[in-house]
Amino acid sequence: MDKQLAIKASGQRFGFNRRVRTVIISIFLLGIIIGIFIAGIFIGDDAMAVDFTRKGIRPSWEYPFGTDWLGRNMLLRTVKGLSISIMVGTVASAVSAVLATIIGIAAAMGSKWMDSAIGWLIDLVMGVPHLLLLILIAFACGRGLTGLLTGIAVTHWTGLARLVRAEVLQIRSQQYITISRRLGKSTGWILLHHILPHVLPQFVVGLVLLFPHAILHESSLSFLGYGLPPEQPAIGIILAESMKYLTGGMWWLAFFPGITLVLIVILFDKLGENLKTLLDPYSAHE
Amino acid sequence: MKRKRLINISKAIGKYLFRVLTLLLATSVVAFVLASLSPIDPVQQYVMGAGAVSMEQREAISEYWGLNAPPTERYLNWLSAILRGDMGVSILYRQPVAYIIADRFINTFALMMTSWILSGIIGFTLGCIMGIWRGKWVDSIIKRVCLVLCSVPTFWLGLVFLLIFSVWLGWFPIGFSSPIGIADSDVSIWQRLYHLALPALTLSFISFANVAMHTRQKLVDVLESDYVLFARARGEDTWTIMKRHGFRNTLLPAITLQFASFAELFGGSVLAENVFSYPGLGSAVSAAGLNSDVPLLLGITLFSALFVFSGNFIANIIYGVVDPRIGEERPHGQAIGD
Repeated sequence: MDKQLAIKASGQRFGFNRRVRTVIISIFLLGIIIGIFIAGIFIGDDAMAVDFTRKGIRPSWEYPFGTDWLGRNMLLRTVKGLSISIMVGTVASAVSAVLATIIGIAAAMGSKWMDSAIGWLIDLVMGVPHLLLLILIAFACGRGLTGLLTGIAVTHWTGLARLVRAEVLQIRSQQYITISRRLGKSTGWILLHHILPHVLPQFVVGLVLLFPHAILHESSLSFLGYGLPPEQPAIGIILAESMKYLTGGMWWLAFFPGITLVLIVILFDKLGENLKTLLDPYSAHE
Repeated sequence: MKRKRLINISKAIGKYLFRVLTLLLATSVVAFVLASLSPIDPVQQYVMGAGAVSMEQREAISEYWGLNAPPTERYLNWLSAILRGDMGVSILYRQPVAYIIADRFINTFALMMTSWILSGIIGFTLGCIMGIWRGKWVDSIIKRVCLVLCSVPTFWLGLVFLLIFSVWLGWFPIGFSSPIGIADSDVSIWQRLYHLALPALTLSFISFANVAMHTRQKLVDVLESDYVLFARARGEDTWTIMKRHGFRNTLLPAITLQFASFAELFGGSVLAENVFSYPGLGSAVSAAGLNSDVPLLLGITLFSALFVFSGNFIANIIYGVVDPRIGEERPHGQAIGD
């Protein structure tokens, strides 16, 4: 009785318990990301207009990220670039997470032959350096957005697929699955009603945690010149362009776009961690 | 007993080598298919700089290259040529691919090994510091730095280093593996190291976080075990405990992890070499892709896969053979620490 009171009191001191606090933080993080994404959509082409009367301005109140050698506003370009990155990252990691879930379940539920074949496939995908595989796929698709999306989507599923496989293997050996089978339920029914609900949290967390990898690879490929066309202000392209002007002392061209990209990646990482604590049944009620 | 273990080990190695062979073969198929899927016409790419070329000449080139043959035949021709040691001629550099790879791999190898050793030492040391003072402010600061470093793109870190050390402080050169205007044989080892420093530093900063976090985890497990508690009760100080228990239990996993990280190292070197215009395999492969130099692109892909599989192979051997506790029975053929 005393103990319960003490727990209650410590929870009420902050106003919320940890669960509510995590939910609020997650919504806040998601809000920032969606905000940047929407802001990027509303930035039209005229906002990034070339204006030689204001070229090469250092960061100031009027232009917080400065302007480049063509007088384009770097803050607007950066937000637009982040918006593109968020879009590419979301689509690619969603496809990748779905792939990973299907392959992971197939490995765990299928025959032994299937399992070792999938293990071999995972080794194959991981055997070629990731960036090199992305370059090859981008090359096969003739560069551009299609190659970028395909490449990132089909190469990021390996880690999550292994996780899902391990999870499903564990669930499969549970007693209630055996009972369900004995009661005459089909494999499909068990998959839908017993296994998928357990894999769903892994899927959501895996999806969000895939995002940082996807966005980092997107910017790396764009930086190397394989991603979006050069007139698009993707972060990788902005940074690749800035290289020519660094020796001239225009440090802000590289510094601010890069640091905001790092911040977005950290935001997604934090969001993933928060979702993990919420969805994991062991830590959800702490 | 010892004999049985030896047999087990050689069996495992044989099995793994077979797996690597099938994987390499599959890599060559996948790479070949991807390269031939490209909508870019190789003949067009080849004759681009040559001025006027008639349709008959184009036809002659594609006939000479065997482009009119069915894909399986083309693949088999290519594979048998590679097995005979002929990797073709690079369209971009107009030199044999094998020669370019050999020439540039020396540069890339120097870069990767420097950063590999550097990141191993930094990562292991930081991991030990975090483990010993776990839960203290040192631990949380280093942990935070490691987590942030995981979110930093390699090429941006390279740009920041370039800004700070080359442009602002002027300590290091902007690019290239040797000074411009000096014959290759006259370049001293110090000049080479001087040009290697920044790219190597960038690469090692990207990869030490992984080792550090892993070592920390292992060390915390060790230091909170019963035998360390007993050692403390006997009156051993922290340094003695680290010497007797800490290092022995954490060094091997750290080294294994380092060997298994060859793939990431290679990917990172592509970016670092492009930032610092360092003439290695990484800058060659991105140039090959951008200029549709298929022989070079395929050659480097196969070579890098071979490199990664050797790293995983060494990791497996260390994990399975060197560690006396393991080696009896173990599921084979899995890469460690991915």
